[in-house]
Amino acid sequence: MGYSKSLINHHFAMKLSSIALFFLIPVFIFTFGSVIGEDHKTVVEHFSKPVPALIVALTLIIGLQHFQSGAQTLIEDYVRGGGFMIATIFVKVLSYCLIGVGLYSIARIAL
Amino acid sequence: MVQLRLPKNSRVLTGKTWPKPENASNIRKFKIYRWSPDDDENPRVDTYFVDLDNCGPMILDALIKIKSEIDPTLTFRRSCREGICGSCAMNIDGINTLACIYGLDEVKGDVNIYPLPHMPVIKDLIPDLTNFYAQHASIMPWLETKTNRPAKEWKQSIEDRKKLDGLYECVMCASCSTSCPSYWWNSDRYLGPAALLHAYRWIIDSRDQATDERLEDLDDPFKLYRCHTIMNCAKTCPKGLNPALAIAEVKKLMVEKTN
Repeated sequence: MGYSKSLINHHFAMKLSSIALFFLIPVFIFTFGSVIGEDHKTVVEHFSKPVPALIVALTLIIGLQHFQSGAQTLIEDYVRGGGFMIATIFVKVLSYCLIGVGLYSIARIAL
Repeated sequence: MVQLRLPKNSRVLTGKTWPKPENASNIRKFKIYRWSPDDDENPRVDTYFVDLDNCGPMILDALIKIKSEIDPTLTFRRSCREGICGSCAMNIDGINTLACIYGLDEVKGDVNIYPLPHMPVIKDLIPDLTNFYAQHASIMPWLETKTNRPAKEWKQSIEDRKKLDGLYECVMCASCSTSCPSYWWNSDRYLGPAALLHAYRWIIDSRDQATDERLEDLDDPFKLYRCHTIMNCAKTCPKGLNPALAIAEVKKLMVEKTN
């Protein structure tokens, strides 16, 4: 739990997810923004289509993985002692829960 | 427990104000951090007035003048007076730099001088650099070779030699490391910009034959990866070097080595 001995993969994964999010976030904003203010039926219809559903799912997974890695770095920087393990577990559980809940919601809408 | 204020015995108090020089028209006010381990008093900021008409152009000239003519107890390191030895690094007007190459005209208003931040203070403007030097030693700042020693010298092409430009000029003044927030929080484990710049200087040296060992040694959660490209190091370096770039290059080499 916490940091591994080597951070090369962590560093590389952060760089890759940063590049992916650089392209994904504008597309996500466009996809999400295009249905703001629409009624429930239109929104559900929109996210039932494979492309918007895939964009939201990818943004959710990559974004939260990126958040988790970043928060982990933050914890390693500033938290010492017993709080380290608690904060690490909290961030991991929060990230995976949000990914799980998000994907379940998308699946329910799309399928 | 988070501590929001300094401990009581570390709080900086207002110190002594020394008299202004007589018959001087061009006077500059200096506020200088003072602390001595020889008494139990808190750190304080003393105020001095220097006649700039009878003083050299650099901050160090003013400090030497204060020590010679006003207060001989003021303590600071200095040696070469031309930005080569790195001894006189201190925090001037909020910037970590070398007092010998920082002009009085570069500071607007009163001149505030403190020791390098977030380091234990030995006395007045002298920080304890023991850990800093130990970290430098840990990166093996020398040529590591495995093949037989050549008859005359280890040769290097002009192109390979050029790769060391922007690296070998570092004078180990510690301005960069002590300006880095990551180093402030984790100086016991993170090597800091200066040591990492030197590490890269030896990794990239074409004559060195211990590149893999050097990279392996840096493959640690804290030694290298606490650099978050805050860039204070590059901004403050009195020699105009870019330790952040060197650290990024080391990270790149790490990824290349692994893949």
